[in-house]
Amino acid sequence: MKPNSQSLFQKELMQTALKDSFLKLSPKKMFRNPVMFTVWIGTLVMFFVCLWTLAGAKAQGSFGYNLFVFVVLLLTLLFANFAEAIAEARGKAQADSLRKTREETPAKLQNGQTISSAQLKKEDVFICEAGDIIPSDGEIIEGLATIDESAITGESAPVIREAGGDKSSVTGGTKVLSDKILVKVTTEPGESFLDKMIALVEGASRQKTPNEIALTILLAGFTLVFIIVTVTLKPFADYANAPITIAAFISLFVCLIPTTIGGLLSAIGIAGMDRALRANVITKSGKAVETAGDIDVLLLDKTGTITIGNRKATHFYAAEGVGQEQLIKAATLSSMSDDTPEGKSIIELASLNPLSFAIKEPRFVKFSAETRSSGIDFGETRIRKGATDAIKNMVEKAGNPFPEEIAAQVRNISNNGGTPLVVSENERVLGVIELQDIIKPGIQERFERLRKMGIKTVMVTGDNPLTAKFIAEKAGVDDFIAEAKPEDKMNYIKKEQAAGRLVAMMGDGTNDAPALAQADVGVAMNSGTQAAKEAGNMVDLDNDPTKLIEVVEIGKQLLMTRGTLTTFSIANDVAKYFAIIPALFITAIPALQGLNIMHLHSPESAILSAVIFNAIIIPMLIPLALRGVAYKPIGASALLRRNLFIYGLGGIIVPFIGIKAIDMLVSLFM
Amino acid sequence: MNTEILGIILMFTATLVAAIPIGKYIAKVYAGQKTFLDPVFNPLEKVFFKISRIDPAKGMNWKEHMVALLTINVVWFLLGMLILMCQQWLPMNPDHNPNMSPDLAFNTTISFVVNCNLQHYSGESGVSYLGQIWLMFLQFVSAGTGMAAAAAVFVAFREKTTTQLGNFYDFLIKSCTRILLPISVILAIFFVFQGMPMTFEGKQTLTSLQGDTMTVSTGPVAAFVPIKHVGTNGGGFFGANGAHPFENPTYLTNMLEMWGQFVLPMAMVFAFGYFIRRKKLAVMIYTVMTIGFLLLVIPNIYMEMKGNPAIAAMGIDNSLGAMEGKEARVGAAASGFWSIVTTVISTGSINSMHDSSMPLSGMNELLAMMVNAFYGGDGVGILNFLIFIILAVFISGLMVGRTPEFLGKKIEAREMKIAMIIALLHPFLILVGTGLATAFPAQGASTLNNPGFHGFSEILYEYTSSSANNGSGFEGLGDNNLWWNISTGFVLILGRFLPIIGPVAIAGLLAGKKYIPESNGTLKTDTGTFALVIFAVIVIVAALSFFPSLALGPIAEYFSMR
Repeated sequence: MKPNSQSLFQKELMQTALKDSFLKLSPKKMFRNPVMFTVWIGTLVMFFVCLWTLAGAKAQGSFGYNLFVFVVLLLTLLFANFAEAIAEARGKAQADSLRKTREETPAKLQNGQTISSAQLKKEDVFICEAGDIIPSDGEIIEGLATIDESAITGESAPVIREAGGDKSSVTGGTKVLSDKILVKVTTEPGESFLDKMIALVEGASRQKTPNEIALTILLAGFTLVFIIVTVTLKPFADYANAPITIAAFISLFVCLIPTTIGGLLSAIGIAGMDRALRANVITKSGKAVETAGDIDVLLLDKTGTITIGNRKATHFYAAEGVGQEQLIKAATLSSMSDDTPEGKSIIELASLNPLSFAIKEPRFVKFSAETRSSGIDFGETRIRKGATDAIKNMVEKAGNPFPEEIAAQVRNISNNGGTPLVVSENERVLGVIELQDIIKPGIQERFERLRKMGIKTVMVTGDNPLTAKFIAEKAGVDDFIAEAKPEDKMNYIKKEQAAGRLVAMMGDGTNDAPALAQADVGVAMNSGTQAAKEAGNMVDLDNDPTKLIEVVEIGKQLLMTRGTLTTFSIANDVAKYFAIIPALFITAIPALQGLNIMHLHSPESAILSAVIFNAIIIPMLIPLALRGVAYKPIGASALLRRNLFIYGLGGIIVPFIGIKAIDMLVSLFM
Repeated sequence: MNTEILGIILMFTATLVAAIPIGKYIAKVYAGQKTFLDPVFNPLEKVFFKISRIDPAKGMNWKEHMVALLTINVVWFLLGMLILMCQQWLPMNPDHNPNMSPDLAFNTTISFVVNCNLQHYSGESGVSYLGQIWLMFLQFVSAGTGMAAAAAVFVAFREKTTTQLGNFYDFLIKSCTRILLPISVILAIFFVFQGMPMTFEGKQTLTSLQGDTMTVSTGPVAAFVPIKHVGTNGGGFFGANGAHPFENPTYLTNMLEMWGQFVLPMAMVFAFGYFIRRKKLAVMIYTVMTIGFLLLVIPNIYMEMKGNPAIAAMGIDNSLGAMEGKEARVGAAASGFWSIVTTVISTGSINSMHDSSMPLSGMNELLAMMVNAFYGGDGVGILNFLIFIILAVFISGLMVGRTPEFLGKKIEAREMKIAMIIALLHPFLILVGTGLATAFPAQGASTLNNPGFHGFSEILYEYTSSSANNGSGFEGLGDNNLWWNISTGFVLILGRFLPIIGPVAIAGLLAGKKYIPESNGTLKTDTGTFALVIFAVIVIVAALSFFPSLALGPIAEYFSMR
């Protein structure tokens, strides 16, 4: 699923797209795009002009010339349609390959019956055992299993999914490796996120995004200006005794209206969603991708995003009068039944086998929110490890002092971003274990990049403020929420939004659902609960917390591609004017030869070269429209200068060269 | 250096030097701070506001602003029609000038109400002194109207989020009494000393050196001329406008009249900067406007000073420049300079005949009005410029990968719609008007003095001047007939009020939106790069809309003259 190196134009995609470009010529479909619709009308008029000249009209030029203009205009339309069709085909192919993994898998129902996955309805419950392919998206209601999700994520390490909690979702097409689970179907057939996304790409339910609407208004405005210019040119020309043919009028009009961006606009939008899909992110609307480009604040969970997995034990500090071995032994024993990654890392650091201690009738004390400590009892010995104040309370209650040097050590550890765990035996402090977060390599650079993009990063963590501050500084995030409860996230988002900022966050748990819904861009992890996935507006199939950064760039690329191609399209008009205006009037007003600065061969060749250039620039820009203009976080002004230089100045110069070259070619045949 | 050029440079510098403190003062006036004229006007205003039951402290939203603006303009228009159509029966008519015809009265009143002053009559024989005084009043309030609308926009961009844009009547009165009036009074006193007439006694009879007796029209000229310029109106007391020796007697009055029309449009830009506390933005806007202005004016001065090759070919000395249609006391350089000043700004007063400008000078005069936002009229110039800013912000916002925003407000579909309509309106009015006049030559084209390309330019100029609310004429066309009076009248109304309503509506809508604080990813609008984008947008919009018509007019004339 991962290979993204797919070439832009695959053979089978090309065939579908070619067919679609003709189907899209229907006026109903053309009407959606005002700019290209006017070209469509112009083409129709040229068709009748061709018939008219064939029937013997003299004033409109030769039949061949008119036919040629007609064909070039038709090509312009087809090229624009092709751009949209190829973008759709690519998006569809990508989505199809994701969908294929979950087709026609047998599903074992609870009553022992086996049906096809296509027959599964919402609320149905099916059973999966080791070796089974999960037939549909759903939520585990009973059991725990290791699952191979590589079909979706490309990640080969198996993951654990279990009923209850935040890791209860399973995805159709993934494979159960061990154990047995009962899964409830959560969506009706054909209504999964993927299905919705395919519908978006196919255009059936594609809505124009707000920004696309605003841009369409701008383009329609330019089109109207040129309708006025062309229509009023008729009396002007009559007044100047310079008759103009219909072909010339229509060519002038089509060349001037922004056909380049008009033809590529919807392809750019679809390609944006497609790029998100290639990054393994399912978007529920095109708007979400666009909004991602505007994000001002990014909320990131510490664990898994900024730091690798969980904290690890790094040091044992024994209290005065306590041997280092004694502390290590107690710490190991207290972690015997502790399955948390922290507990395991303590045993790892101690490098002792807890089973080597012969202890009788151990009773394990599980961690609870009230005691905030865990441990082990055997015989007369009670070993506990836990949060500093919890142990301190317990120790002081028993009348024992909390050693001064341990208190100092605790502060020291906190200041350095670590988490202290105090170990006690029979209500006497033995020492403290230091747990440290490991910051992901390369994460600082990513935050630096975000900062240059103007995005504020906020780390969300359950750690105490001291630890949080330390990690925040080390990782280079701009702000942090320490000791975060789910409602803290929500409040932070609301606060930022009240200040006018757009907030993005990533989450997986049901706890996160309200915040995901509140955030402007909420990315739910595919492994997360159904509630979280419903609440967000994107789903990340990779469960990769750093994915938000990519999503933001995809959003920015989308807007930039629109902007630069609009600029390019409009800048092109300068050269086209210098080609067509002299061509229109030279016969009647020879003095205007002075405007023919490109020294084009003849009025006919000038007009033809302009329309040909106008047509072929569309397919030439399709790759750019599909790939998107590269985003560089170099600050807004520098970026503007860069794009203005390439697409603005380039847009003025390129057509001068292109039209001249085409004219030289065309004049060979005239 | 040539003293003619030196004079122009000095004048330009003097304007800039004055515009900055005046801009600061204007910002103070609109912010409701104390001014030195308050002791004089405050008691008077209180009485008027009480009688008319207006609470000047009550805020208005953008719609209420526009309703107030349009209502009071309709009242002025009706009163004006009444006075001009009945002037022969009314007092203060020592020269016994007749009533105006309904269509001429319509055109005249409209053109003064909309700050355009397209004059299809001659003041000497067409208007009574009462009429002139009413027209003078309109010159004040029409400038005040534009400035009050601009003030509402200023408020919209200063506040973070608001729907209240200040009180229209308050802004109108303050613009007239605190800004326009004091500057006009100072200029008037100076003009009287320079020999401008100021009398209500009617035509004077005098005997020339040759012993002939002649009657000379006079009137309260020195009162009329300052506001004609300071209010960027341009409506002359006499038919020959600023070329008439009583309206512009000396080189010094010529320079001061230019200063007068230049200073407020410039000062409004600085006032915007001071008012919204973004001086850098004001400097950016000023720079774009000035570059545009210089690109138009420098070629004009050069071409006018170089002279006309056709005249040189006849063996006539051309060393003073192309002097056809120019006043010797003003000279070619100052005439070329004025021709652009008066067209970039919507004044439209003239001190030389633009009809006789060199072809490409004529094109620049046309372009200045087609853009209509390099300085522009009092208040309305900056409103027109706002439309270009919105378009530039939209395009460049996309280019940096963010939903476009200006001063912390997102530009969305509604604002784009309004901006596009206003941007479309100007080419629409000009091109459709010219198209109709050429399509029905019996009405329009038959009144031309010149055939061919130049005749076409004359038609194009008339509609451009109307739509830009400029009021200058290429002349050379017999414009006092039903066709011209009515068609330009409607172009005037649309070309005036829609470009006021549009920007105020945009500002009002933006003001109501949530304020987004700036970040690294935000596009800064006060930079040189952005200035370049605005300039490109202005050039491209103007060039793309008008290139074909210019090619058939001045450009064709230029190439055929070579």
